[in-house]
Amino acid sequence: MYLNYKKNLFQCYLKHKYFYGGNKNMLPAVDYLIVPDKGDPYLEGHKCNVCGAMFLGERTVCSKCFARDKMSKVKLSNNGTLYSYSIVYRSFPGIDVPYISALVDLEDGGTVKGNLINVEPDPDNVDFGMKVKVVYGDALGRKDKDGNSYMSYFFEPA
Amino acid sequence: MSDVYVLGVDMIKFGRFPDRTVPNIGAEAALMALDDAGLTIKDMQAMYCGNLGQANAMVGQRILQEIGQTGIPVVNCANACATGATAFREAWMSIKAGMYDVVLAVGVEQMGKGLLGGAGGGDGIPKEGLLGSGTMPCVFAEAGMEHSSKYGTTFEQFAKISVKNHHHSTLNPKAMYQIETPLDDVMNAEMISYPNTKLMCSVNVDGSAAAVLVSEKKAKELGMQRAIKVRASALASDPFTDRDLVMPDVNACTRIAAKDAYEQAGLGAEDVNLVELHDCFATAEMLHYENLGLCKDGEAGMMIDEGHVELGGKIPVNVSGGLLSKGHPLGATGIANIYEVCSHLRGEAGKRQVEGAKIGMTHVIGLGTACAIHILEKP
Repeated sequence: MYLNYKKNLFQCYLKHKYFYGGNKNMLPAVDYLIVPDKGDPYLEGHKCNVCGAMFLGERTVCSKCFARDKMSKVKLSNNGTLYSYSIVYRSFPGIDVPYISALVDLEDGGTVKGNLINVEPDPDNVDFGMKVKVVYGDALGRKDKDGNSYMSYFFEPA
Repeated sequence: MSDVYVLGVDMIKFGRFPDRTVPNIGAEAALMALDDAGLTIKDMQAMYCGNLGQANAMVGQRILQEIGQTGIPVVNCANACATGATAFREAWMSIKAGMYDVVLAVGVEQMGKGLLGGAGGGDGIPKEGLLGSGTMPCVFAEAGMEHSSKYGTTFEQFAKISVKNHHHSTLNPKAMYQIETPLDDVMNAEMISYPNTKLMCSVNVDGSAAAVLVSEKKAKELGMQRAIKVRASALASDPFTDRDLVMPDVNACTRIAAKDAYEQAGLGAEDVNLVELHDCFATAEMLHYENLGLCKDGEAGMMIDEGHVELGGKIPVNVSGGLLSKGHPLGATGIANIYEVCSHLRGEAGKRQVEGAKIGMTHVIGLGTACAIHILEKP
């Protein structure tokens, strides 16, 4: 079959899935992921008050309508739909494959990219427009050079 | 403003040359283009050089150190995979502006093998495989899957593009590979990033291509027999689109550049006899049939199914073998495809000649944020 899907690789991948347990001493993997000391982590957008364009990460100028200093922070939804994806079989050395690289349109605006988990990585199991939710957890055990742990986000079928 | 002509153009056979230097590879194509024009380096009034891998290392001047240091102005430029086309366009503009009559454009790259893409550097932890994939096969797979989502485009249809381009390359002695790849071979090759298998990814090779551009006055003086007229030169960057931050939009910038190019030329897609477009991945080529107006939106799958884009079809695409089989030396690609189109317009393309070709188009994309298009005509 064209997919060469290997079940053992997928199970290996699942072992790396750590669901959100506590935020203590965890740094966010990206700057648009907010990890408060108390309460649930969430994704943050920067929305232009003039034209409504949504950005990830802080900025002062809107590249769509060119307005300056009209950005507001907004908490992005944890609900979305799958816009597009690919199943990655070859990545850089040391990266577990296969996995689903997914682009998700969030309710109320914003598109984010991440791994779609808890789905066997086979096109037959992935549907465009499928409902997904954003879940938070340890960044696959990855640590920086100082040994810090990181929190990241994932998508799973809603 | 003067019309601009390509008087000399050539490329080296693409391959892997680990024992050579970047300037040395570039110098070879530069000399070939000068010979093709019947001119020497002493005739050149300026040089525009495209290279990505050594963008900070004065490749253009180092090429002149190999072929003749005449003191002319040299500009080095980098614009991702649109680098070569950008160098060509800068040369075109300098003649349009009335600054020069004879200008050399060179594109060169030394690649090595392997996967291209952002490895997730910077602070913190690597993001590859954590927040999806930034590898090029994946990024362009996601762009192709967007087309699948809208129009039901299938893995098999994407694969057929690779079958076609590999077939075309068997007719091109300057292509990296000249190997037929039947549909089963393409679909059963190692899956890199679904739906792109290994045979649906462009080949990383070393290569160079160069062109001598001249003003109309100079072309008339030197002889027009093999001169090719540049009818349009368009360059666009990516406009804001809603998914910009996570999904490089290769469609929007191509559509802007295509509109500009057709307007400059006063032509439509129906007037074009062959196209060399940016098939960095099979999924990418599919999108550009529509982006360049070769068919209506949603008809790209039909274009490959019906054979309209094959040699002998209604609008042959990538008869050189394309990046998929001719190879993709990033900085050279945008001049190599101008060489290909000029060869057809001159009637010198041998076995892969598109019969009676009068108008041809070249297209390159730089990382989804740059698009360069040229329309060329046999005068």
